[in-house]
Amino acid sequence: MLVQALAFYVFAAILVLSGLMVISARNPVHSVLFLILAFFNAAGLFVLLGAEFLAMILVVVYVGAVAVMFMFVVMMLDINFVELRQGFLRYLPVGGLIGLILLVELLLILGSWTLAPDATATEATAMMPPVGEVTNTHALGQLIYTHYIYLFQAAGLILLIAMIGAIVLTHRQRPGVRRQNISRQVGRRPEDTVEVRKVPTGKGV
Amino acid sequence: MLTIGLTHYLLVAAILFAIGIFGIFLNRKNIIIILMSVELMLLAVNINFVAFSVELGNLVGQVFALFVLTVAAAEAAIGLAILVIYFRNRGTIAVEDVNLMKG
Repeated sequence: MLVQALAFYVFAAILVLSGLMVISARNPVHSVLFLILAFFNAAGLFVLLGAEFLAMILVVVYVGAVAVMFMFVVMMLDINFVELRQGFLRYLPVGGLIGLILLVELLLILGSWTLAPDATATEATAMMPPVGEVTNTHALGQLIYTHYIYLFQAAGLILLIAMIGAIVLTHRQRPGVRRQNISRQVGRRPEDTVEVRKVPTGKGV
Repeated sequence: MLTIGLTHYLLVAAILFAIGIFGIFLNRKNIIIILMSVELMLLAVNINFVAFSVELGNLVGQVFALFVLTVAAAEAAIGLAILVIYFRNRGTIAVEDVNLMKG
């Protein structure tokens, strides 16, 4: 119990601190690195909760794909980040005020909420299996591939659309680049390109 | 204090969500940091989903968190793609310069 509590506090503290560093770091590359740290600690929290599959997905998808994509964009674009940081202190009071108000509201809700009496009464298939019987990944798979198969396919379609959209948006046809045009090559006929001339002997062309 | 319950996780998620909102206001000129703040807020939402899922013994919360992850990844991809072509065309990504549509 003590180890669990200690792990929770360590993960939560690093998560909150790295979240703060994400929004306040001077260099956006550091922001991305702190975002990765935040994701790792959130994955630790998920493992503590017993949601191992989501923890691994968080590490693989977020750290491996999304954060690296952010890193690529930050490093690829030649942006004057000093200019973008101007007004940081001007926005600090109002932003802090709104963030604080939101936090206080959330904490007020946190202090007074109760579960609906029938909140746990869902269909038996979605019930979490007892610890040690089936792994979290196994149970999630049994749920996703049966009851949520259409939603799962829809999620795949969303990712496909995002992929196609990103490719279409960023793909550019450079002018002046000579590419192989296979249909032109195949459609080329000798009579279009080869000219047969009768050259009289001893005269030249 | 030593037994970690649902409230602890909800508290962490609330703080993280507030940090995300705060980050959007703080970095109003830098859209990359704004996108990262949105990611932080979605992460806070996911922590809430998973915490309630475990508390109620109902796996649907984790399934939904999975879909939130999917949509967040798609959103980041499209957002960054738009950012890249905008930078290619205009040479800047400062938020207040993005006013071609007069919105």
